[in-house]
Amino acid sequence: MAHQNAGLYIHVPFCTAKCCYCDFYSVSDLTLCDPWFDALCREIALYRGQFSTFDTVYIGGGTPTVLKPERLDAMLQIVSRHFTIQSDAEITIEANPQDITVEMAHQLVAAGYTRLSLGIQSFDDTVLAFLTRRHTARDGVKAVYTAREAGFKTISIDLVYAVPGQTRAQWHKTLVQAIALAPEHLSCYQLTVKDKTPLQQRVVSGAVVMPDAEMEELFFMDTVSLLASSGYHHYEVSNFARTAELVSRHNQKYWLHAPYLGLGPAAHSFQDAMRWWNVTSVKAYIERLQNGDSAVAGGEKLTHEQLRAERLMLGFRTRCGIEHSFFDRSQKSHAAIRHLAAAGLVRVRNGRVLPTTRGMLVADSMPHLFL
Amino acid sequence: MQQIRNFSIIAHIDHGKSTLADRLIQRVGLIDERQFHDQLLDTMDIERERGITIKSQTVALPYRADDGTEYELNLIDTPGHVDFSYEVSRALASCEGVLLLVDAAQGVEAQTLGNLYAAMEHNLEIIPVINKIDLPSADIDRVREEIEVELGLDAEHALLCSAKTGAGIDEVFKAIIERIPPPTGTPDKPLTALIFDAQYDQFRGTIVSCRVFDGTVRPGDTIRFMSNGAVYRVEEVGVFRLRLEKRQELSAGEVGYIIAGIKNISDTRVGDTITHHEHPAPEPLRGFKEPKPMVFSSIYPIASDDYQSLAEAMEKYKLNDAALVYQKDSSAALGQGFRCGFLGLLHLEIVQERLEREYNQSIIMTAPSVQYKFFLKNGQELSVDNPHYYPDPGSIQRAEEPYVKISIIIPERYMGAVMKLCVDRRGVNPHFHYPSPGRIEVNFDMPLAEIIYDFYDRLKSVTQGYGSFDYDFIGYRESDLVKVDILVNHEKVDALSLIVHRDNARQRALQICERLKEEIPRQLFKIIIQGAIGGTIIARSTINPYRKDVTAKCYGGDITRKRKLLEKQKEGKKRMKMIGAVEIPQRAFIAVLKSKED
Ligand SMILES: Nc1nc2c(ncn2[C@@H]2O[C@H](COP(=O)(O)OP(=O)(O)OP(=O)(O)O)[C@@H](O)[C@H]2O)c(=O)[nH]1
Ligand code: SF4
Ligand SMILES: [Mg+2]
Repeated sequence: MAHQNAGLYIHVPFCTAKCCYCDFYSVSDLTLCDPWFDALCREIALYRGQFSTFDTVYIGGGTPTVLKPERLDAMLQIVSRHFTIQSDAEITIEANPQDITVEMAHQLVAAGYTRLSLGIQSFDDTVLAFLTRRHTARDGVKAVYTAREAGFKTISIDLVYAVPGQTRAQWHKTLVQAIALAPEHLSCYQLTVKDKTPLQQRVVSGAVVMPDAEMEELFFMDTVSLLASSGYHHYEVSNFARTAELVSRHNQKYWLHAPYLGLGPAAHSFQDAMRWWNVTSVKAYIERLQNGDSAVAGGEKLTHEQLRAERLMLGFRTRCGIEHSFFDRSQKSHAAIRHLAAAGLVRVRNGRVLPTTRGMLVADSMPHLFL
Repeated sequence: MQQIRNFSIIAHIDHGKSTLADRLIQRVGLIDERQFHDQLLDTMDIERERGITIKSQTVALPYRADDGTEYELNLIDTPGHVDFSYEVSRALASCEGVLLLVDAAQGVEAQTLGNLYAAMEHNLEIIPVINKIDLPSADIDRVREEIEVELGLDAEHALLCSAKTGAGIDEVFKAIIERIPPPTGTPDKPLTALIFDAQYDQFRGTIVSCRVFDGTVRPGDTIRFMSNGAVYRVEEVGVFRLRLEKRQELSAGEVGYIIAGIKNISDTRVGDTITHHEHPAPEPLRGFKEPKPMVFSSIYPIASDDYQSLAEAMEKYKLNDAALVYQKDSSAALGQGFRCGFLGLLHLEIVQERLEREYNQSIIMTAPSVQYKFFLKNGQELSVDNPHYYPDPGSIQRAEEPYVKISIIIPERYMGAVMKLCVDRRGVNPHFHYPSPGRIEVNFDMPLAEIIYDFYDRLKSVTQGYGSFDYDFIGYRESDLVKVDILVNHEKVDALSLIVHRDNARQRALQICERLKEEIPRQLFKIIIQGAIGGTIIARSTINPYRKDVTAKCYGGDITRKRKLLEKQKEGKKRMKMIGAVEIPQRAFIAVLKSKED
């Protein structure tokens, strides 16, 4: 696997405020931006020469666009100085709509970013308010236009559904609005109640009631059929691309066990059956790197069994499924595939076992049949 | 040897055997008052919790008579419950006499008779003892009459005592010395020692309890088990004195233990004779009659990987409970296990509990079954206690099932509810008695199969706990039997098959289908549960699949977390059995054994 091109991820752990549902690691103390950037540069230097070629770079967060455009430019330059970045690399940056000003958009394009992933979440202001987002539906539309005008060829929009109080009709409207903007890529996530979030507290206290499983299923099926009829290719549970070439090459690496290097607090890396992760604290991250230490907090070497479990777990999430030859020849595996196919959850095509749309809905259970 | 007396205390349940043993032990000063507690010989936790004796216990009492003679009295306290009668019959083989206790208030009861007959079979001296004379409700004259009439014993010489207050205990000692003959036997003949019990000790190997009939055994001797020729060197011999007490030797007439580094569990068989390797006895002793199980069920380890461990536990357990009979069994659904025969439902329950508590086994048991008889058209007669061996229905001419006479004593107000229950359970031939004002005894002839299926629980619930219940086997009667199979997605789950009366088939099948529906979690596929007689479906339920479980996001940091969850779930699934593609949790198998009629 060493010859495979790798992906580079940089975690920018800052947000101006926390959204109620989010459990990504980020802080709102922006005075840490400078020392964090300093530490990041040291961490980049530490990994110099360890990964061969990167063909994707992904600046995520947090909210990368809380940083000044100059810094986002400098970040890419340092990366290119220390690592080999393929010339046609996919270079993504995540942004919140309110940050995409004309200047910001232009500078990002000029800096070399090729793909913009916009955290729009909804085109419905009630939903945005519920989610404690700090932008409006109009901001979202504007951001797409601005980015287009600045020259972004690939724009991805993140949306959230199954929000308490949201009806299928409301969600339909948001989707139609998104389709009208013709993004190259769409990520549609079901709102999930994460541990230790304000949303969780409100659900536990009973102040908020999440949609039931049946509702979730309807939202999902609505999403898939509307996007499919608009020509989008549903290539992962929550991800849609206008063409096969427009899938997120970076995210594919996670699902295909390709190597990736994650920098910044809480980032995860994977190479040759090794997975490791950084400390989940900006301060600890800064401190460690200032002292010349590595930021790695832990790691694991995956056994054959574990790799197999992950392949199953990840493979059934993606439309291209799992190659048939991956499954052992045991009676059990054969029977499982047969049963899944009979239940309409997978199809066997061209030597691959492919989940159907219904299959994707139960992707978390399917691996059990083979373990 | 003239100074030895070997005797058992036998009686119906609760007539005070263990309490009388307490008094005898205290009188000879075997235990100081600080360490004493009631029913000293009920040493197992389950015995103490349930307040009944389950295992016979031997204790050697050093007794000095008034004339100064020193005696060694070997007392064996026995259980009264009919399910443990095998313990009694083995104890009797070591004795020359018995104290037959009769509760002064209750009088002669079923097991008074049962145990008396067993003692008579061994030609033992029988000393009737009327116990609990301190009770206000004691009716000594009536009990004397019962002893004369129902037991056919001479009541004039019946002793009177209160095991509770200690009244009459001296007379009990005197009678033991005077009326029970000393053992016969010759210390210098070749050794014959009858194994009547055993216990496995992790460090010392099997500790064998035996009665020496002839000869003498000492540490250093080489002994041989006559049934299988296994040879061991004796490390220690001794007697039971509430704990093991070492002796120089065990000689003809004595009861004690032998330790000989017996690590191979299967070498020891209760009923076998131990002799000297070099000077063997020409013939073994008569041994014991095989236990006759009444109720059958299969035991499986909850996790199939634990089969080996269960096998070892069963072997060790069997040493200490000779009444259990078992053989290997296997089920497509539950893997390898054991088909077991029990003397009754209480015995079954105790085996299950002891295996779990003393031997740390996690087990599941299949629905108890009785032994059915099938008479085939070709003249063959077949005994079947396992639905697996139910014959081809076309070949059956007629079938029979075991019946018992049940006796239920209740306050009169529950009469209606109890009658209904008994009739529902195919009870016939009702009889009524009024043992005392306001109370009624109800007798029915009823199939044993109806009783082993939660009858007692139902009775307790309809009588709010006021019903006492007993039953006796009365013989086989003709019956219309069918085998019900349970199918999950069209695959037969052999462990759930059962033989039932045709009239009960539908209802039982429905109950099982409903129970499984409650216990089997929704899965990826639709699950169809069916009850069938042959090819005919008589009951059905379905479990719809769940439709969504996938998490929305799965990127860098999520993967390890998700995999760990998967691994944890997989661990949890070890307690699931796969039937085709359907996962059935173990608790579903257990749940179907319990009915829920209300
Ligand atoms: N009043 C009175 N109660 C007694 C007497 N002997 C025994 N009991 C009580 O009767 C109950 C049963 O006594 P046990 O000694 O356990 O009876 P058991 O015959 O050993 O019973 P199993 O071993 O279960 O068959 C206990 O509550 C005793 O306290 C007695 O002489 N007088
Ligand atoms: S959702 Fe995005 S903007 Fe909101 S707190 Fe999380 S990372 Fe920050
Ligand atoms: Mg007792």
